[in-house]
Amino acid sequence: MDGFQILVDGLLTALRLLASCDPEVLNITALSLRVSLTATLIGALLGIPLGFFVATRTFLGKSVLTTLINTFMGLPPVAVGLVVYILLSAYGPLGFLRLLYTPEAMIIAQTVLTFPIVCGITISSVSSLNPLLMDTLVSMSASPAWQARILLNESRLGLITAVIAAFGGAISEVGAIMIVGGNLLGYTRALTTAIMLYTNTGEFAIAIALGIILLIIAFVVNLVLTRLQVHSKKKREGR
Amino acid sequence: MATFLELDSLSKSYKKPALREVSFGVARGDFVAVVGPSGAGKSTLLRLVGGLDVPDSGRVLIEGADITGQMPAAIRRRVGMVFQTPVLFDASVYDNISYGLRFRRTAQAEISARVSEALRALYLCDLRDRNALTLSGGEAQRVALARILVYRPDLLLLDEPTANLDPYNVSIIEEVLREANRAGTTIIIVTHNIFQAKRLTRRVAFLLSGELVEIADTRTFFEQPGDKRTSQFIRGEMIY
Repeated sequence: MDGFQILVDGLLTALRLLASCDPEVLNITALSLRVSLTATLIGALLGIPLGFFVATRTFLGKSVLTTLINTFMGLPPVAVGLVVYILLSAYGPLGFLRLLYTPEAMIIAQTVLTFPIVCGITISSVSSLNPLLMDTLVSMSASPAWQARILLNESRLGLITAVIAAFGGAISEVGAIMIVGGNLLGYTRALTTAIMLYTNTGEFAIAIALGIILLIIAFVVNLVLTRLQVHSKKKREGR
Repeated sequence: MATFLELDSLSKSYKKPALREVSFGVARGDFVAVVGPSGAGKSTLLRLVGGLDVPDSGRVLIEGADITGQMPAAIRRRVGMVFQTPVLFDASVYDNISYGLRFRRTAQAEISARVSEALRALYLCDLRDRNALTLSGGEAQRVALARILVYRPDLLLLDEPTANLDPYNVSIIEEVLREANRAGTTIIIVTHNIFQAKRLTRRVAFLLSGELVEIADTRTFFEQPGDKRTSQFIRGEMIY
């Protein structure tokens, strides 16, 4: 079978699987979405406030912390998986939680990946706001809560970019969730780990089908977020 | 008139000295222009009075209370600042003007009434629903002024509010400032434009290289300046 034929078979299989709502595919897809969306949400809930704090405050070690966060934006998923595995393993400090090889472990590993991405981009986008904006808010007696609300609104295009980048990193990574999730059928098998498994066993058609589903998910989520971004931009430009 | 604002030996250095031992008082309801060449320390002075910077030495007192370095919230709420380049929020003109009142937890009906009044005073009614980031420079500066005047500050600090604006916008802004001053607002305006200082203010302070050369009532300042450097500056003979 040549490469082209494999691709065509993959596409046909994808359409068949999607049309038939194959339970295994649905399970795998649902798990991928659950893990990556939760990790992105937690990463955003932690990363946006910390990024905002770092960007708007002056403190000792700020540049070292910023450099560290920027470095962690490019963490290798396999290394993260390894560290989280050690922490959660039976003899690790968090072994008592008995989370290894569960979807929760996968969420933890992906959160470690999404958090610095969101935090780093938040620092960058809030720092690039006009410094007079903060002076204006202070001179107008805006409370810290109002200051945060307005600065976050002003930097929202950057924050949406942060969430897009974090979700993109999470949904497409395989190394971390493979190590801490174990790719257990019906329990911790996600789209990326399943694609890797089926490729290794020579089942290219289903691997391609899952790859297409992965692409569709990434496309739809990014489409929604990008539309949000464009809407914000148009509003800002008064169109 | 009783001293409302007092600057006591204010000094501030960044990489080099920006302000040296500047002292003067401002009475309630006064309208003072701070003039001087670029780099004279005018904007630094305004930032220190507005509590946006901390002096290296000296004090700022409002109604006798030392606010140096830490302006109490109760006083901060009575001070308004307008910068040379207005930084408006990514919201409608109406929302921009209402923010200062919302920060002060003003009742909604009162906000609506005061914003409408400010929109009329600054000829902004037609722009009420426009996103403020789409405005021209003159329109933006009028919004920046409206959003401060709407909460009726006792002290208004203006840093070159009409620089680079066309005569139409300048005349609107100047008229509104006159009106605010007539209503009792104490105003300090930093300006390069000595003609503006002459037609608008009651007193003029001249800063040069961070030092206060002299402060006098406007007529005396322009007709009988007390310092040779002031005369040179007024006549445009000062090389800087």
